[in-house]
Amino acid sequence: MSERTVIPFGPQHPVLPEPIHLDLVLEDETVVEAIPQIGYIHRGLEKLVEKKDFQQYTYVAERICGICSFMHGMGYCMSIESIMDVKIPDRADYLRTIWAELSRMHSHLLWLGLLADAFGFESLFMHSWRLRERVLDIFEETTGGRVIFSVCDIGGVRKDISSETLKKINESMDIIEKELTELTAVFFKDSSVKYRTKGVGVLSKQLAHDLGAVGPMAKASGLPFDMRTQGYAAYKYLKFEPIIDTDGDSYARTTVRIKEIFQSIDLIRQAISLIPEGEIKTKVVGNPNGEYFTRVEQPRGEVIYYAKANGTKFLDRVRVRTPTFANVPALLETLKGCSLADVPILILTIDPCISCTER
Amino acid sequence: MNFVKKSPWILHYDGSSCNGCDIEVLACLTPLYDVERFGIINTGNPKHADILLITGSVNEQNIPIVKQLYEQMPEPKVVVAVGICATSGGIFADCYNIVGGVDKVLPVDVYVPGCAARPESIIDGVVKALAVLEEKQKALSKKKSAVKK
Repeated sequence: MSERTVIPFGPQHPVLPEPIHLDLVLEDETVVEAIPQIGYIHRGLEKLVEKKDFQQYTYVAERICGICSFMHGMGYCMSIESIMDVKIPDRADYLRTIWAELSRMHSHLLWLGLLADAFGFESLFMHSWRLRERVLDIFEETTGGRVIFSVCDIGGVRKDISSETLKKINESMDIIEKELTELTAVFFKDSSVKYRTKGVGVLSKQLAHDLGAVGPMAKASGLPFDMRTQGYAAYKYLKFEPIIDTDGDSYARTTVRIKEIFQSIDLIRQAISLIPEGEIKTKVVGNPNGEYFTRVEQPRGEVIYYAKANGTKFLDRVRVRTPTFANVPALLETLKGCSLADVPILILTIDPCISCTER
Repeated sequence: MNFVKKSPWILHYDGSSCNGCDIEVLACLTPLYDVERFGIINTGNPKHADILLITGSVNEQNIPIVKQLYEQMPEPKVVVAVGICATSGGIFADCYNIVGGVDKVLPVDVYVPGCAARPESIIDGVVKALAVLEEKQKALSKKKSAVKK
């Protein structure tokens, strides 16, 4: 047995925009164990619920993470609405779905870029991010913000999208789809992408299930876990199937995400064709009393929102279980036995959002 | 400012931000905003960097990291606090684990407002930081020549 070395990875590392620290125990070039150390971004958001009332907390919930900001706001609002028994208008449901799917597209495109950057494919990184700007343009036009737009509110949404703008979104979906086909052809065909991702970090179906993996991580291992099939918001009216792959390696996780972008384009088109006219917000009166669990499918997987209210305007407790937290055990398992050069790719394939996880 | 006298290299560190400002910092580097045409590069090595961009406020856990990064940078150096969290703590100022803005631990030269800070304002902040960098460079060479005499 050769000698063991410990290599620190992070908290400041060029591959990750966010700080996480891993102590990688190596035998030659092979990782034997990875010991995570977290807490660099912990803020204590859940406790803030005692200082901000339940309406104000929507803004805080959106700032749990800047990438899936809209879905955090949506998950929180859905749990409060369920406690208060508020039925939100159908149009608001559809608008939420459109923004949520756009968020998924922007998040996956961002991730594709970061993955390309992790194995040194700089131009692919730039192209993914260029395409992502098209999605951000739609956000800016419809909400006014680029990454955090505070458009979700308890009882509905704050802004409406006019039918002309919806038509424009439909048109830009065509452009994005065309460009995306060109861009993702590189991921599907290029030998260097395959060389770095195929067979790297294989997670078997059984292991994915036992370790409680969620989102694309579980889907790439053949588990069809997709919370959208529960039919929250307008998903109950839309037709889609969870995308799965059976290989369970980094390449499978990449292709699952790419296919999900195409699926999102399809879902947005369906939502635009079905969206009814009407109000966008129900008036909310009184304070919540009770507790509720909400499960929402984020780009990274299933997020769970638990809210407990006591009849005053301050909630007792809000608890968030984020997808990255659920995927960390699976990550640590795949890291074992990989080579040191593959560590950045493996960390990226779970699409880590440390800011969600530590809150 | 008509031209950029120096192509600064940037070191980005995420204090405890929500990612919003971080992805906007990265967006500055990508084709739509493309600061690389001015020679501005995001480097991972503090020893190569001129400007330290910090997003998010500081907490007990990351104070030593932030200080270490700052100390590893060669003189002259400029600190830019990006976003409202890095400036004052912003919406998270009341959280138990938030010490406050970056200026609690480091001397901040430029503050960039916004939640999340837009790429345009981040670029503007970096341009302002360049002016500060030039002043610091002058002061440093003055000091050096005084020592030589």
